[in-house]
Amino acid sequence: MYEGVVQDLIDELGRLPGVGPKSAQRIAFHILAADPTDVLRLADALREVKEKVRFCSICGNVAEEPECRICRDPRRDHSVLCVVEEPKDVVAIEKTREFKGRYHVLGGAISPIEGIGPDDLRIRELMVRLADSGIVEVILATDPNLEGEATATYLARLIAPIGIAVSRLASGLPVGGDLEYADEVTLGRAFEGRRRV
Amino acid sequence: MPLYRDEAVVLRAHKLGEADRIVTLLTRHHGRVRAVARGVRKTSSRIGARVEPFSHVDIQCYEGRSLDSISQVETIDPIGAALSRDYGRWTTAMAMVETAERLTPVEREPAVQQYVLLITALRALVSGEHDAPLVLDAYLLRSLSIAGWSPSFDECARCGSAGPHRAFSVAGGGMVCSDCRLPGAAAPSPAAVSLLAALLSGDWPVADASEVRERREASGLVAAFLQWHLERGLRSLPLVDRDDRRLAT
Ligand SMILES: [Zn+2]
Ligand SMILES: [Zn+2]
Repeated sequence: MYEGVVQDLIDELGRLPGVGPKSAQRIAFHILAADPTDVLRLADALREVKEKVRFCSICGNVAEEPECRICRDPRRDHSVLCVVEEPKDVVAIEKTREFKGRYHVLGGAISPIEGIGPDDLRIRELMVRLADSGIVEVILATDPNLEGEATATYLARLIAPIGIAVSRLASGLPVGGDLEYADEVTLGRAFEGRRRV
Repeated sequence: MPLYRDEAVVLRAHKLGEADRIVTLLTRHHGRVRAVARGVRKTSSRIGARVEPFSHVDIQCYEGRSLDSISQVETIDPIGAALSRDYGRWTTAMAMVETAERLTPVEREPAVQQYVLLITALRALVSGEHDAPLVLDAYLLRSLSIAGWSPSFDECARCGSAGPHRAFSVAGGGMVCSDCRLPGAAAPSPAAVSLLAALLSGDWPVADASEVRERREASGLVAAFLQWHLERGLRSLPLVDRDDRRLAT
């Protein structure tokens, strides 16, 4: 244990995803040794991101306005909706340039063992969107692992009765992986070869 | 570092750092172990799919101080892949693996009975031979029994006097006689009690023939019994999709 503020910093860093106690300590001492202007720039970036960035009121993606850049873009196809787990998946799919529709960000996948059920995700918002806009196809692009697959199964069962076409990204994406790690070519191909469910 | 090989069921897998997963396994010979699977979230990894929840695998691990690390893994039965396409059975399996984890509190303590019970229950779930809620309740009752909390559905759980009795006491350990009855005891229907006894003993013809109403009643008692013996309730149990309900919007 270190004194006061140093320990506070280590504790805060240790709460970040993927940062264990050892890394937290390493980062904290890196910050202590760093040039003050560099550290202030980091502090400003942190403050600014929390002040300026919110979640799009339509799709749940990160946005600097009440609505995100994609939802505001009149050239995007309003009839196709791609459902993803996280904002970072939007970035991965945008890189493929394969998809011209709009998105819906769930905020995660269903994970009963972590206590995350359908009500903890933006599924209600999705159903409201489907009910009153001209969407004719929903592409389920949850992660190609079992939680993503089960979440897609749940959504397909929910959406099918409304009469909207539901498709799932084609296999070819390695099972067990994260969507964000798929290269653009593979992900693009998965879009082309999506299958109806 | 010592290397060991075992057969295991994946109980859960969560993300670690950039591309790794920490996998909790219930092994046949080494009890419950936690091991790091490196790089499995990268798309180049071919073992990612093998360390997903419910998979029955053949693993080779290096023993570590707190965490082991998986060096090789081969699939024996990809149980999870079959279950993820059926939301009701997938959530049911989640409640099973969470129970298995909670009822094997000490890592690396052999728990072969829990292991065999879990693998059998998961296979039964995949086969669809019996309704998923029945498989779940049978599993929960039996895993509690293995853990030393076998409920009594006939003779009095406290004094042993011959049944049938009318009251079910979670704290008392099952059916209790009128002398041993504790405050707060439930009065389940005789049909629900017979169903519970059938699920515990594996009398499937009786269980399969049961009515929806007694199944619901029995499930409620099993959940209460489980809750009583675990310090905190199961996270996944309330999320089990038992009757194909659709979300109301
Ligand atoms: Zn948006
Ligand atoms: Zn008694």
